[in-house]
Amino acid sequence: MTEQENLQTPLLSAQSVTKTYGPHLGCSDISFDLYPGEVIGIVGESGSGKTTLLNCLAGRLTPDTGAIFYTDRLGSALNVHTVSEPQRRMLMRTDWAFVHQHARDGLRMTVSAGGNVGERLMAGGARHYGNIREQALDWLEKTEVDTSRIDDRPDTFSGGMQQRLQIARNLVTGPRLVFMDEPTGGLDVSVQARLLDLLRGLVAEMGLSAIIVTHDLAVARLLSHRLMVMRRGQVVETGLTDQVLDDPQDAYTQLLVSSVLHP
Amino acid sequence: MYVAVKGGERAIDNAHRLLAEDRRGDPSVPDISVAQIREQMKLAVGRVMTEGSVYDPDLAALALKQARGDMIEAIFLVRAYRTTLARFGNSLPVKTGAMKIDRRISAAFKDVPGGQILGPTFDYTHRLIDFKLAADGELPEEAISSEEAAPHALHVLDLLAGEGLVEMPEASINDEAPGDITRTPVEYPMDRQTRLQSLARGDEGFLLALGYSTQRGYAKNHPFAGEIRVGRVAVEFQPEELGFPIQIGEMEMTECNMINQFKGSKTAPPQFTRGYGVALGHGERKAMAMALVDRSLRAGELGEERTAPAQDEEFVLSHCDNVQATGFVEHLKLPHYVDFQSELNLVRKMRKQVDGCMTSAAKEAAE
Amino acid sequence: MTTETQDEGLEYNFAYLDEQTKRMIRRALLKAVAVPGYQVPFAGREMPMPYGWGTGGIQVTASILESEDVLKVIDQGADDTTNAVSIRKFFQRVAGIATTEKTEEATLIQTRHRIPETPLSEGQILVYQVPIPEPLRFLEPRETETRKMHALEEYGLMHVKLYEDIARHGHIATTYAYPVKVNDRYIMDPSPTPKFDNPKMNRCAALQLFGAGREKRIYAVPPYTDVVSLDFEDHPFEIQGWDQPCSICGDSTSFLDEVIMDDQGTRMFVCSDTDHCASRQAQGYQGPGQEAAE
Repeated sequence: MTEQENLQTPLLSAQSVTKTYGPHLGCSDISFDLYPGEVIGIVGESGSGKTTLLNCLAGRLTPDTGAIFYTDRLGSALNVHTVSEPQRRMLMRTDWAFVHQHARDGLRMTVSAGGNVGERLMAGGARHYGNIREQALDWLEKTEVDTSRIDDRPDTFSGGMQQRLQIARNLVTGPRLVFMDEPTGGLDVSVQARLLDLLRGLVAEMGLSAIIVTHDLAVARLLSHRLMVMRRGQVVETGLTDQVLDDPQDAYTQLLVSSVLHP
Repeated sequence: MYVAVKGGERAIDNAHRLLAEDRRGDPSVPDISVAQIREQMKLAVGRVMTEGSVYDPDLAALALKQARGDMIEAIFLVRAYRTTLARFGNSLPVKTGAMKIDRRISAAFKDVPGGQILGPTFDYTHRLIDFKLAADGELPEEAISSEEAAPHALHVLDLLAGEGLVEMPEASINDEAPGDITRTPVEYPMDRQTRLQSLARGDEGFLLALGYSTQRGYAKNHPFAGEIRVGRVAVEFQPEELGFPIQIGEMEMTECNMINQFKGSKTAPPQFTRGYGVALGHGERKAMAMALVDRSLRAGELGEERTAPAQDEEFVLSHCDNVQATGFVEHLKLPHYVDFQSELNLVRKMRKQVDGCMTSAAKEAAE
Repeated sequence: MTTETQDEGLEYNFAYLDEQTKRMIRRALLKAVAVPGYQVPFAGREMPMPYGWGTGGIQVTASILESEDVLKVIDQGADDTTNAVSIRKFFQRVAGIATTEKTEEATLIQTRHRIPETPLSEGQILVYQVPIPEPLRFLEPRETETRKMHALEEYGLMHVKLYEDIARHGHIATTYAYPVKVNDRYIMDPSPTPKFDNPKMNRCAALQLFGAGREKRIYAVPPYTDVVSLDFEDHPFEIQGWDQPCSICGDSTSFLDEVIMDDQGTRMFVCSDTDHCASRQAQGYQGPGQEAAE
């Protein structure tokens, strides 16, 4: 397969994904493709179904109907929900990464920062303590966590530091696809800005493919190439980020955009 | 010179002799008979049978005597004995609807067909020590049998089930023949009938605490005591070569059906759900606690969020067996000195390192 | 119901368990031998000893015992500790088999917390009593989850624990029940033996069987199987050592117990393996304690 073709094969492809909770709608009939190196933002208010969709995409929730295909390193398309559990778990700890809104959902709070970053390396077979530690230090530095805190437990860290540590823990093995659920949610504005800067740098530097769920349009504008706007479980508008935010077509998107002060 | 604990054999024999002496107590006090325990310590006997999983009041009474009144020890004795018994087959399911009733109440209705029958209950006694009992012998007054004998009565909840407002009793019970947790290894997740089997053998105190926790908000599920019944049921057995069942005995048992609120899910309409509890002999507390825990363990099946210990199947079922629990807790009495020696060496090694660091730091400071 | 004491009427089957149960356990054992290090669920029976006293090991021993077997039972390495005495007596009574304290004479050795110092040989079977068979249990309490981790060889977490030890203490601070990888596949708990004994498991000539009664699991290491203690390339596994030899027999290579001698806290170090120590004494070896006494 040539590089050219590779870029034309979607990394992740969602086809008519629907998930309901009893009479409540999670998300309905959603289709899109994510290409390598691309960052898609999913925006919408809380209850719009964006987190449900993200969990379906990441194999953490099974959709009622529809399918999600992931193209692996060999170029074959895997149905995320019908592959065997070993295969899915393998994907989750090698090709994929998931950054939770609350760092404590994504970190082992009783394990040192170094151990948190090293876990994926060790799961992948790394058995040299010195090397693991070196890589952990390298990633703490990249994510601007004070390297002298490598042996401290994350429950002694500030919220922003915990979130940066979670990012280091996820990116250390160079995943091909990163899912992020409100990565800046719950942080102070100044801390948010620093984290966003960091994420933007890493996305550009590593050429990450990512799907980011956020209710914050500023986050979406800074990080994503394309946007999907969700409301009541439906996608109401999609397009290039700047296009959607500067010239919204849908009435709901217009409302959403106008409710945010422009810089 | 070296005099570590030797002669374990003699020590053990001696300990056994002391145990026998202690069990007997003051020899000037008459020996207690198994029949006395069976008749006058009935609730203790019931609990030993329930958690020992054998219906045999004499055996349970003897176990209590041998165990010096220790419940778990008596249950353990009964269980160890049970292991050696041959199995001839399974009895037919007992028909609790056809129970000869001694006590039967429903808290969900003022009155029910068949009547509220109080029977022998502590419920409305005043808990005052009765010093008359300290004086021997006197027989209690005979109870007035004013209530008309209502030997049989339908289950209260069956009266509601017709309307579809309460789930059927066999809800989420699958068609498979019930497993036997004493004969097959336990696997999680567990089906409801096997879960009920574990709970029936489970420790009364543990289930009581868990059931209580659900009432205090850790997995609240709004229980009503739909019905509690105590009485005697026929035990029937159908030999393979015989085309019909024969009654092989009768046993006393307690059954509790809890009614719980349920708001409905994707697949089920809003209705009342059930929790089920059962005990051999007269064991209301056990049956009620079990019913509460049975219901809370159904959280997953009913689409409720699992947040509390009483909803956690692995947690509840792997810790509810008191013979297992007491064994593992009490085994800490066995020697562990080899492991302790290893840890001792480790702590010494770490202390050496720390002391080394501290002295070199002190040196540096001094320089 | 019989009220006879067991001493009077031996009404039990040979080695206590009925033949059906033995067959069930032997099937589990065969599976365990076929998949070294894999924990096979088995329908453990209620035994006349409490859980925690070795009911798993006792059931394994009971199901493989034959009338010509010679049984040795040790606890903490010693033949004369109370629980070893009690288990040995049990089998003498319900199976009438010969017993020994000599490691090399035994065909079957049941142990708690130690592996004999004398190397085991082909044809011998070592039965371990296991309290918690799951090496991942203290990292992940759920059985459903740990079974998956084994099935998928997701063992990263185990190394995280070792990593944490080194980060905190500069070395791996696990001294007993030190996890091993068996046959390059399953991570296994060697039972709470001191890590001192781990190397003895590797390519051992004897068959090693593990029984956990309360947790109802059986696992095995067939003869000559690789058993590797987990470690890091730059922090290799090592066993503990002592500064002084055994006070009685002078051995400086065996596992030593510390014995407190008086109220002043004077202590001496002696072999935990009583048979090993006794045979060395019989061969004329003497430790510093003996020399001083003379």
